Amino acid sequence: MRKSKALLFEMSRSGRQGYSLPSCDVPVKPLEQIVPHSLQRSSDLDLPELSEVEVIRHYTELSTRNFGVDTGFYPLGSCTMKYNPKVNEEAAMLPGFAYMHPCQPEETAQGALELLYNMEQDLIELTGMDRFTLQPAAGAHGELTGLMLIQAYHRSRGDNKRNKVLIPLSAHGTNPATVSMAGYEVVQIPCDDRGLVDLEALKAVVDETTSALMLTNPSTLGLFEEEIVAIAKAIHEAGGLLYYDGANMNAIMGYTRPGDMGFDVVHLNIHKTFATPHGGGGPGGGPVGVKERLIPFLPVPLVEKNDNQFSFNYDLPDSIGKIHSFYGNFGVVIKAYTYLKMMGAQGLKQASGDAVLNANYLMNLLKKTYYLPYDRYCKHEFVLSARPEKKKGAGAGDIAKALLDRGFHPPTVYFPLIVEEALMIEPTETESKETLDAFAKTMEDIAKDIDRDAEKVAHGPYNTVVGRLDEVRAARNPILRWTKK
Amino acid sequence: MSGKHYLPLTDEDRHKMLATIGADTVEDLFSDIPDAVRLKGELNLPPAMSELEMLRHLDALAAKNKHFLNCVSFMGAGIYDHFIPSVIKHVTSRSEFYTSYTPYQPEVSQGVLQSIFEYQTMICQLTGMDVSNASMYDGGTAVTEGAVMGCGATRRSRVLVSQSVSPYYRAVIKNYFHSRGLTLDEIPLKDGCTDRGKLEEMLDDDVATVVMQQPNFFGMVENMSGIADLVHSHKALLLVSADPISLALLQTPAEYGADIVVGEGQCLGVPASFGGPVLGIMAAREKFVRQMPGRIVGETVDSEGNRGFVLTLQTREQHIRREKAASNICSNEALVALAASVYLATMGPQGMREVAEQCLQKANYAKEKITSLNGYSLAFPGINFKEFAVTVPGDPAVLNRKLLEKNILGGVELGPLYPGFKNTMLFAFTEKRTREEIDTLVGELEGWK
Repeated sequence: MRKSKALLFEMSRSGRQGYSLPSCDVPVKPLEQIVPHSLQRSSDLDLPELSEVEVIRHYTELSTRNFGVDTGFYPLGSCTMKYNPKVNEEAAMLPGFAYMHPCQPEETAQGALELLYNMEQDLIELTGMDRFTLQPAAGAHGELTGLMLIQAYHRSRGDNKRNKVLIPLSAHGTNPATVSMAGYEVVQIPCDDRGLVDLEALKAVVDETTSALMLTNPSTLGLFEEEIVAIAKAIHEAGGLLYYDGANMNAIMGYTRPGDMGFDVVHLNIHKTFATPHGGGGPGGGPVGVKERLIPFLPVPLVEKNDNQFSFNYDLPDSIGKIHSFYGNFGVVIKAYTYLKMMGAQGLKQASGDAVLNANYLMNLLKKTYYLPYDRYCKHEFVLSARPEKKKGAGAGDIAKALLDRGFHPPTVYFPLIVEEALMIEPTETESKETLDAFAKTMEDIAKDIDRDAEKVAHGPYNTVVGRLDEVRAARNPILRWTKK
Repeated sequence: MSGKHYLPLTDEDRHKMLATIGADTVEDLFSDIPDAVRLKGELNLPPAMSELEMLRHLDALAAKNKHFLNCVSFMGAGIYDHFIPSVIKHVTSRSEFYTSYTPYQPEVSQGVLQSIFEYQTMICQLTGMDVSNASMYDGGTAVTEGAVMGCGATRRSRVLVSQSVSPYYRAVIKNYFHSRGLTLDEIPLKDGCTDRGKLEEMLDDDVATVVMQQPNFFGMVENMSGIADLVHSHKALLLVSADPISLALLQTPAEYGADIVVGEGQCLGVPASFGGPVLGIMAAREKFVRQMPGRIVGETVDSEGNRGFVLTLQTREQHIRREKAASNICSNEALVALAASVYLATMGPQGMREVAEQCLQKANYAKEKITSLNGYSLAFPGINFKEFAVTVPGDPAVLNRKLLEKNILGGVELGPLYPGFKNTMLFAFTEKRTREEIDTLVGELEGWK
C-alpha cells in the first residue's frame, strides 16, 4: 500500500513534550539582566512538539522506508557496500572513546592516541607508504588534502609553474571537483580501447606544468592499470607526482600496494574498504598517506610514540596546517581499526580475493544476458552497458527501478561516463554465491521483461513505498523545507 | 582463517565459481597486476584478533582515557558535554539508516531523504534562514566552505575573518584559502569581540564575505546591530558561525541580517568523540542556494501523486558538474544530521529554550563566583552565553593537572591559540553541570596557589 509518511511538523501538537531535564539548581536571574531584550530571539522557535513515543515511532517507520546493507544485496559500484560488522559499532560507542573532548590533555587521552598510532602503522604496511594523516573526514576531503600536500611540495622547491592536474576520463566526479578546489586546472586523459589510461595521450600532455596525475587503480571500470610502471615513470620524469585515489582499494589488499606501484600520495576510503557504515551518506573517513619526501607537509598534528608515551606533534614548520577542526572522524577510525585488527593480513587478502572472485563470477553470469564492453578479468567491480536494452525502451535507470521491485539495491547507474547506459556492479566479498546467483537470475528476468514489455519496465518501480519520483519537478520548483500552510 | 565470519564463500563455492569463470585459481584473476609491483609474501601486520580479544584490547585502550562519564567537564571551545537523550542512539542504531549509502535511489531511501528534509527544515527554523544543506564535515569545514561560497556568489576573492572566530576554524580557512589562491585577512579583537572600527576600515568593495561567530570563541555575545548593513553597503556577504543551542534564546542570524549561517552541530545530541564525527551545519538565504555546496533534499511527487523526497539541485554537485561544481564534497555527515534531527524533535521548542537558559544561568553563576576569587579575573567584560575566558594566577596547564586529580576536565588553555593570552582559560557550562559541580570547581580554583 503506497502512502506518504507524515512529517514531524504535521504530527506536532502544542503542549506535547519529548524531553526530561532536571530543573535549574543555580540561583536564576531575570533573563534581561544577563542578555538585553534586543539581543534575544524575537521570532518563535517553531520546532515540532512531540512525545517520546511519537518520535520513536516516526523514525522507526522512516527506517522501514529505507534500504541498507543489512536489508539486502547492495552492489553499488565503487561504493564497496560490504557488510558492516556489529562489533565495530560497539567499539566506537565505548564511553572511553565516545565521550572524549578533543582539547583534553594528552596524558588523559593515551588510549585514543595509541589507537591512532596503531592505525597509522597498519595503514603504512597495507599501502606501502611512509606516513599517514587520519584527519580527512571523507574520501573527497582526503583528495583535497592530498593535492594540498602536492602543491606544498612543489612550492617548497620553488617549482611554481605546475598548475595542471591530469585525470583520466574514467575518474570519479570528486577528482575534477577537488582539482578546482585546490586552484588547479584539469587536464582530461582519454582511455584506450581496452578501457585503460591511454599512455601515449598521457605522455603527450605531461610536461613541466604537470603537478600530478590522479589515478584510481583499479579504475572505475574495475580494470587494473597494467601500464602503471610506465605511467609512474612518465609522470615522475616530468617532475610530477602520482596520486592514488583509494576508492577501489578493496580489490588489491595483500596483492599489491600503491606505494610499490610508485604512488607518492594515497587516500583511502575507510567507509568502503574497512567496512565502516556509510550512514545514509556519511560520516566517512579519508586517511592520506605519503612517501618520505612529502611528510614535512602533512597536516598537524601527527601522533608520535616515545618510550610508550603517545603525543601530538604540532612542530611541523612546513605543514599545510589543518583540514579539520580537530583530528578527523575519530569515531569512524575506531570502527576501521577494529575491522583491520580482526581481519589481519590473511583475512584482508582473502577479502580482496573473494571480492574479485565474486565480481568475476557475477560478470560471467551476466555477460550471457547483458553487453559487457570490456570483456576480461575484472577486479572488484565491472561495468555493463544497457545500451541494447535502452534501444528496446528501458535503459540502465529503468533496470535499476526493476531491481528495487525485486528486493535488490541497484548497481551504480550512468557512471562511469565513458560507458553508455552504464550499470556499474560491485558485489563485495561479503556476499554468498546464492545471493549472486539470485541476483543474476533476477537480472535475466528483467531482460526478459524488457523484451516482453519495455514500456512497463520503463515506468517502474511498482512495489516500493513510493512510485517513481519526479526529480525534474523537484529541481524546477525546489521545495527544500516544510512551511506552515 | 581470520575474518572468516564476514566471508560467506566456502572452498567448494570458490571452486565452482572459478570453473564458471574458466580460471584455475583466484591468483589467476590477479594476473593483470605486473610482477614488478606484486606484493611478495604476506603483509606484515600483527596477528588477527577474535571478537573477544578485540573487545578486550579496545576496553584496555578506552580505559586509559578520561572522558565525560568519569570526569566532570568544563571544556568547550566548540565541542560540549550537553545531555544526550537515550532516544537518539536507538534511532541512529537502526541499521536501515546506518548501513545505507547516499540516497541515490529515492524510492528505497525515503527514510533517509525525509529525515534530511526534516533536518533542513529544523535548521531553517533555528537560524531563520530559508535553505539548509544536508550537512558538512564539521564546524571548521562548514565555515570554510561558506566563505568560499561567498566568493562564488560575489565573484570576489577576499574574505575578512574576525579573530573572535574559533582559531580551530580559522586554521582550516587559512589552509583552504592558501591552496586556492584566495585572500584572507583577520579583523583584530577589541575587548574579546570583533573590533568594529577595524572592520569598517578593512571593508571595501573587494571583500566577498565577512566571517563572524556568535557567541564568539570566548563565549561572548557580539553586538551585531548594524553589522549586516555595513557589510551589505559594500555588496559583501555576512557569514555567521552560530552555536545552535544559543539560537533558542539569542537573536537569530536572519534577524540581524546574515546571508549565510554555519555552525558546529555536535551540541545537538552528538557524542564528542574526541572531535569527530561531528556535524557541519550550513544554511543560507534562498538566493544563494545555487552556490551552496553539498547535498540538498527536495520535495516532489511520485507517479501516483504521493509526496516523496529526492536529492535535488544536483547540477551544483561534483558528480554532475565535475570541475565546475560548487564543492568536491560527496560523503557528508548524514547519520550525525539524523542524530541532530532526533535531538531537535525530542527537545522541541521548550526543551531547546530550557537547555539554552540553563547554559546561560549556570555559566553566569560560575562567572560571578570565579571572578570574585582572588587572583582570577574575567579576560573581557561583556555578555557570555555558556562559556567565558578567565585569567588565572599561574600556568593553566598546571591548574588543569590539579583539577584532573579531582576528576575534573578543566578549561581550554588559550595561550597556544592566542599569543599573549598566556594565563587565560576558557570554561564552558552546559545544562548538565550542577551547582555542586560548579561549586567544587570554584573551591578547587580558590585553593590553587
